[in-house]
Amino acid sequence: MSAFANIVAGGVFHAAVLFLVAAGLQLVFGVQKIVNLACGSFYALGAYFGITFIGYAHQFGVSEWLVLPGLIISGLLLGFIGPPIERVLRTVYDRDESFQLLLTFALVLMFQDVFKFVWGANPRSLDSGYLIYGTISTGDFGVPVYNLLVIAAAIAVAAGLGHFLQRTNYGRILRATAENRAMAEALGVDVRRIYSVVFTLGAVLGTTAGALVVPTAAASLDMAIEFVVEAFAVVVIGGLGSMRGALAGALIVGLIRAFSILLYPELEVLAIYLIVVAVLIFRPAGLFGRTLA
Amino acid sequence: MKLSAAAIVAVCGTAALALLPLAMPPYYTGLMIPFCGYAIALLGFNLLFGYTGLLSFGHAMFLGVGAYGAAILSGVLGVKSFELVLLTVMLGSGAIALPVGALCVRYTGIFFGMLTLAFGMLFHSFLFKFYHLTGGDSGMRVARMNILGLDFAPYNKIEFLAGPFYYYCLGLMIVAGFVMWRIVNSPFGLHLKTVRDNARKAEYLGVHVHRFRLAAFVISAAFGAVGGAILGFRVGLADPELVYWTQSGQLVFMAVLGGFSNFFGPIVGALTFTLLQDQLQSLTEYWRFMLGAILALIVIAFPEGIAGLAADLRRRIAGKTA
Repeated sequence: MSAFANIVAGGVFHAAVLFLVAAGLQLVFGVQKIVNLACGSFYALGAYFGITFIGYAHQFGVSEWLVLPGLIISGLLLGFIGPPIERVLRTVYDRDESFQLLLTFALVLMFQDVFKFVWGANPRSLDSGYLIYGTISTGDFGVPVYNLLVIAAAIAVAAGLGHFLQRTNYGRILRATAENRAMAEALGVDVRRIYSVVFTLGAVLGTTAGALVVPTAAASLDMAIEFVVEAFAVVVIGGLGSMRGALAGALIVGLIRAFSILLYPELEVLAIYLIVVAVLIFRPAGLFGRTLA
Repeated sequence: MKLSAAAIVAVCGTAALALLPLAMPPYYTGLMIPFCGYAIALLGFNLLFGYTGLLSFGHAMFLGVGAYGAAILSGVLGVKSFELVLLTVMLGSGAIALPVGALCVRYTGIFFGMLTLAFGMLFHSFLFKFYHLTGGDSGMRVARMNILGLDFAPYNKIEFLAGPFYYYCLGLMIVAGFVMWRIVNSPFGLHLKTVRDNARKAEYLGVHVHRFRLAAFVISAAFGAVGGAILGFRVGLADPELVYWTQSGQLVFMAVLGGFSNFFGPIVGALTFTLLQDQLQSLTEYWRFMLGAILALIVIAFPEGIAGLAADLRRRIAGKTA
């Protein structure tokens, strides 16, 4: 029973991180209709930068207890890359979506070498901090408090995003723009600005997720291109553009991954993609997606 | 493009490539073999992308089917004839593409791309994880095979690749190009273009949109497998890296680099990409960055690719003389 609980805890932690990245992906797709292959690169960037940031913080004598807020701040700081990248993407908004996809693929290639240039080819990891908050354990069941905090943070982000999109005025404008860009523009919405804000928000969700995962796993050059695959699975299972879908999809993928790693490691990614294919056969628009025209 | 103009381009290109081993060091001839492989795969890819309007982000899967098919047939089953291998992997690839395509062609645009990516990664993780079947990350050996029934035993592997095998691949590429030319200029090809330009109207006119998309998918898969078999034969290894989604991205890159709206665009793209990658890799450790920057530049500024630029140039020259 405690083994079961351990797996669930691990799966939910992974799901929390996946949700953050997938939420960014959904937001950008929902409003800008762009599928961002570089979301994994943002994630990796957050991880690398988080390590460097915490490293400097230690040198300046910041307490190890501040690892979590420190990582969140480092993720938020990376938001500055959003507007310039969005400016580049703006050149292809009117083009076919294959060009948009390709441009984000070009970003993936470039980011790969930026990581290599700045942080080197060897995996980097954070040597301390993970267990500073202790571990909650009963019998064989044990979960690091850090993991619980990250899960809580992801839930807070989910709630915050939901509130922002549904209840605030700016959120309504965002949804209106997603629904009908031309009409929103005609009603006086500064769509350029909205796009810039949305893309930056999406990027920040990705970088923060990357920074948060760094105490538990090393940052490596492969993580960018590997994570995209999982984030895509989440989005397809949940339905493109849907926030609730991102949440459900992240939980499904996170848990399946955790169970298959333990029960039958060969099936890790395979199981995720079998679910993706099954969803697409039986619910073509995803669990929470709208039916496609 | 008129047939005569296309024929001139094709003949000149072939002549230049045929004379290449005489003028260039064997290294470049060796480089031209993957070019042929990619060019054949891209001819198929472009039937799907350029002519049917479906962007596949999982097409490397079929390269993998070709390479692993060649590895299993030559290494495990001891098949000696490369032609037999090519025929088998084409059929196998088509057979795999049939159910995959049947699911994928219900979608277009981004959804089609994501779904093909999903299937590609499904195949990749199968290759990667089922170690006892596929050799996992170390891949499977592709044994040397006969071409046209001749084993060229006196040649060592490098001489064989730079000599007979090079001409063999060139021949394959020409045959593939000719077959594809016939396909895109047939009523079938016309149907595909109609489906691309206005699927609803095509449906209204009595075209089975899904059936035509599926047919294009299966044909492109068969071409991909031939390309994959060539790539596998050259390296002597089929490894899962060939199926990774970034490899699929690279195929799209080549097609766009050459210009997907031109019949010869993908071939030009494969050639340019092969040479470009080779040069950049020898120049800098950060060749991916350069490739990414070039891709971004093409997407933003020259969406018609090299073939589009050439056509532009020709129009401009014609405009001046007129």
